[in-house]
Amino acid sequence: MTTTTDFLLAIEDLTVSFDGFKAVDSLTMYIDKNELRVVIGPNGAGKTTLLDLICGKTKSSSGSISFKNKEMTKMAEHEIVRAGIGRKFQTPSIYENLTVYQNLEVSYPEGRGVFGSLFFQTTDEVIKRVNEVAKEIQLENFLDTEAAILSHGQKQWLEIGMLLMQDPELLMLDEPVAGMSAKERDETAELLNRICENRSVIVIEHDMEFVKKIARKVTVLHQGKILAEGTMEKVQADEKVIEVYLGH
Amino acid sequence: MNFVYERFLGGKNGALAIAILAILILVIFPLFLDAFRLNLVGKYLTFAFAAVSLVLLWGYGGILSLGQGVFFGLGGYAMAMFLKLEASDPESTKIQTTPGIPDFMDWNQLYELPWFWIPFESFTFTLLAIILVPSIFAFIIGYSMFKRRVGGVYFAIITQVIAVILTVLIVGQQGYTGGINGITDLKTLNGWDIRTDSAKLALYFINALLLLGVIMLSKFILTSKFGQLLLAMKDKEDRVRFSGYDVSNFKIFVFCVSAVIAAIGGAMFTLQVGFMSPSFVGIVPSIEMVIFAAVGGRMSLIGVVYGTLLVNFGKTGFSETFPELWLFLMGGLFIAVVMFFPNGLAGIWNKYAPKVPFLRPLVNSSTNAETKSAPAKIESESTIEPESTTEGAKS
Ligand SMILES: Nc1ncnc2c1ncn2[C@@H]1O[C@H](COP(=O)(O)OP(=O)(O)OP(=O)(O)O)[C@@H](O)[C@H]1O
Ligand SMILES: [Mg+2]
Repeated sequence: MTTTTDFLLAIEDLTVSFDGFKAVDSLTMYIDKNELRVVIGPNGAGKTTLLDLICGKTKSSSGSISFKNKEMTKMAEHEIVRAGIGRKFQTPSIYENLTVYQNLEVSYPEGRGVFGSLFFQTTDEVIKRVNEVAKEIQLENFLDTEAAILSHGQKQWLEIGMLLMQDPELLMLDEPVAGMSAKERDETAELLNRICENRSVIVIEHDMEFVKKIARKVTVLHQGKILAEGTMEKVQADEKVIEVYLGH
Repeated sequence: MNFVYERFLGGKNGALAIAILAILILVIFPLFLDAFRLNLVGKYLTFAFAAVSLVLLWGYGGILSLGQGVFFGLGGYAMAMFLKLEASDPESTKIQTTPGIPDFMDWNQLYELPWFWIPFESFTFTLLAIILVPSIFAFIIGYSMFKRRVGGVYFAIITQVIAVILTVLIVGQQGYTGGINGITDLKTLNGWDIRTDSAKLALYFINALLLLGVIMLSKFILTSKFGQLLLAMKDKEDRVRFSGYDVSNFKIFVFCVSAVIAAIGGAMFTLQVGFMSPSFVGIVPSIEMVIFAAVGGRMSLIGVVYGTLLVNFGKTGFSETFPELWLFLMGGLFIAVVMFFPNGLAGIWNKYAPKVPFLRPLVNSSTNAETKSAPAKIESESTIEPESTTEGAKS
């Protein structure tokens, strides 16, 4: 039932219903290789649910999600991750009791089985990778810091770093700048622009200033359906969008 | 060598702590305690296996089992079945209706050995059963629970229900299990009389060495990436899952390992105490094991051994004088520990010992000592020389 496409991610006719309420409603959407896509929409539009569906956290009622022309809807969560899809949660989701270094190292995509993890060895390559990523997320001076005492913004970056450790082909970020200071927002925008160079990124965001800094193509979601899609200027000029979202 | 030092002993702090424990149980106790007291300590140390198993499962894995007595019992019963068969040779049971079968079977009108008893005539089979029966049983429980994402309180309740069911089964099937009295009158192990003082002394040492071995093996698990993943899962299970790990497999594995550790303790209990009964299988012993771990510090493999010893000395002392008060005292102790000292004795030690100058070198830098001492750590300036800090992992 999946059509073969050139897209990295092809979502077709995707629906999920919670007791009859369709949080995502026959949604069709395509993401190109190396594309950065921003998804916006009012509260409850179904943005988080869309990411939940892609990463397997929520099972779809119907429709297909095909990643590199491989059907994802029946796969287990960890298999979807291993296929190359990384996802950041809306609230920072890091291991508070581990150090920054350990948070990153534990996310390294080797030793993922029970026995693999028992005999996993920290090679120079792992250390090199941790240091590269730590530098990218500006936490290279906090490697031995317990993650619990990082600032909110640093926690958000750390989680992005944990995903970068896995080098996913598709990275999905749910409101990455929520709760960040203006300076941190600017730095995150730069970070996103850097990391989307050789991978596709889907960003969900509320903050319009931030969206303008990173957006190339925007999808507006409303009541589980796509309301508009296109460049920021085009979307902002769209009357339906103004009505439901940007207007107030 | 370095690998063993870092991973099995846990680096300098870990090695020192293990050495102190080893001196205490291998030298000091045998030197200063009489045969009776030493045997008592040996019995306590078999409970320490269960407490150590709970460090892995509960302390690190965040999975509370209120049924470790089940596995302690499985190990204990496996050993008891072998010893009972050896004690029931036709010669010494010739007054029975059916000589050659255990006495309680004869009393319950059984005329031949039940099929599942027959393999326990082999010592090799028994040793394998002590390891395999608990792991298979834990695997079945773990698989059906963790694959369905049952956890937390529900898992704790289910393990408790299993403990009840097993107890009821053992008590009810008297002819096959010895019932409420358990399996008693155990005499020899491959011809070696285990009731003599010299045998008890030897068994005490075997038990102590096994305990140290189990602690080191657990240390190896906890200092590996597996150990870090356990902590990570306890904190943010979804983050681990969405980092590409099949979380349930890790839980099943740690549950199986904890089952085997508890079972080894049970088998050693039978050997040293000379019997096994359902009173070491049910809810009360299972909860006591959790209390040993809580008092000792559920994040500390060494701490729980001291916790087990302390609570058991207390229990013996108190129940001699005020038997009826003991249960209340133990309940109170548990609540007090959970409320005021969540890291138990190990936490108190790590907090106060650094204030005493000569104790300072013995203190772990943190309560999460097992993973914190992993060789994986690098300094923040590690870009200068990452080599030296990873030696432990490479050699
Ligand atoms: N598991 C669930 N069961 C029932 N309803 C759900 C479930 N998950 C989401 N919903 C509902 O689906 C709708 C979409 O929720 P979702 O979290 O996807 O919105 P969102 O666009 O991410 O909003 P926000 O901007 O507030 O994060 C909401 O009305 C929500 O209540
Ligand atoms: Mg959301």
